[in-house]
Amino acid sequence: MTLSLPRGLFALTLAALAFSARADEIQVAVAANFSAAAQKIAAQFEHDTGNTVKLSFGATGKFYAQITAGAPFDVLLAADQATPARLVAEGKAIPATLHTYAIGKLVLWSADPALVDAKGEILKSDKWKHLSVADAKLAPYGQAAKETLAQLKLTDAVQSRVVTAENIGQAWQFVQTGNAELGFVALGQVQPPDGSRVPGSMWLVPDNLYTPIRQDAVVIAASKSGAAATAFVDYLASDKARVVIKAYGYSW
Amino acid sequence: MDVDWSADLQAVALTLKLAFVVTLLLLAIGTPLAWWLAHTRSRWKAPLAALVALPLVLPPTVLGFYLLMLMGPHGLVGRATQALGIGLLPFSFSGLVIASMLYSMPFVVQPIQTAFEAIGARPLEAAATLRAGPWERFVHVALPLARRGVITAAVLGFAHTVGEFGVVLMIGGNIPGATRVISTQLYSHVEALEYPAAHRLAAVLLLFSFAVLLWVYRLSPKGALLASTAPDGVPRP
Repeated sequence: MTLSLPRGLFALTLAALAFSARADEIQVAVAANFSAAAQKIAAQFEHDTGNTVKLSFGATGKFYAQITAGAPFDVLLAADQATPARLVAEGKAIPATLHTYAIGKLVLWSADPALVDAKGEILKSDKWKHLSVADAKLAPYGQAAKETLAQLKLTDAVQSRVVTAENIGQAWQFVQTGNAELGFVALGQVQPPDGSRVPGSMWLVPDNLYTPIRQDAVVIAASKSGAAATAFVDYLASDKARVVIKAYGYSW
Repeated sequence: MDVDWSADLQAVALTLKLAFVVTLLLLAIGTPLAWWLAHTRSRWKAPLAALVALPLVLPPTVLGFYLLMLMGPHGLVGRATQALGIGLLPFSFSGLVIASMLYSMPFVVQPIQTAFEAIGARPLEAAATLRAGPWERFVHVALPLARRGVITAAVLGFAHTVGEFGVVLMIGGNIPGATRVISTQLYSHVEALEYPAAHRLAAVLLLFSFAVLLWVYRLSPKGALLASTAPDGVPRP
């Protein structure tokens, strides 16, 4: 049997397409606060679709710089809304894929099981020396903490006792090691769903004290695995993924 | 974009203050330590030399994390400082000084040690026959002969402290006027996508570093910075 060259090429192309559609590999940039949840969801997605997901964890601002410099990411799971919106506005991300995959919750936490009361009144006292807060310029949880302090009219009172962490992970480190008695951190950090609840005391900051920490996902325009990338972003809104997202202390 | 020069200037001033304090303290501690390392036959020489050199190998953030644990309320150092009524060291200028001293230690000790070793025994023996005591031999013979090593050590220690980042990031808490130095301020600018402000501060740091190094090379035009530790005026055998 002889196969003409064009026909052979066509068959090859089809085979390649079929192969790539079945087992794509996508690179996902994940905001540090969502690391643990993303690992679980990615594993489920790989199991359900056969695609491979490679996760990178870091600061959203750093990912923005890397993506604009041509880093080979297919998806960005940001810690905020501003960064994905900026990528869309610059034509570097696909607008139709943009959506909020998680809404973070802020807590005031202490490694001392007796320090934080149910209403956060401790903030007004002088029983503590350092309050660990993520940088409001860099981290959405830092911005939320800043808004909370402003709403409580405590900004000036605590100013001299605030220690600024680069990100929410470091804010957690400062307070978890006891170097800061108090810290504003993410609920997901304090109550991981594997049951390894860290002993301490906390106050779940009421939603009305800060702008919701909406975290957006978007597919990067330069992605070479657009279909799989879009499938992953859609998957984040599936019931299966949302069970995980909720377990890690986020709503949506 | 509103330009906040004052925050940058404050960071620059604090960095210079930190580098000066750290360099002075390191010269005071590092010189006798280098002298001991250069002359001892103790079995503790190798472990101590390795300990001093450790920050060359450890990632700064790891060093910073261990310091955070060690100086925290449950750490060995933290419990000692609390018992002494000093309080906790992280998030304070003193804490930064101590961390920077550990971090920059090899850059100060090693050039001085090399310089002391290069002097050899002869000039010191000659001084001894002229009835110079140990202190006189150290101050009037060894130190002047090793002065290039000492200058190199001071410059490297200073420059290394100015450029230090990882350790400060881990234990500093980024407090204006206390722990917010040039490198962390620069990092914040980059992370916040404030590129013009970042470029400006980076340019200041670059020009400053270049000027310092240029001054040093002018001072000792004979050779490379790290190779300039051979003592002056000692005839090679």
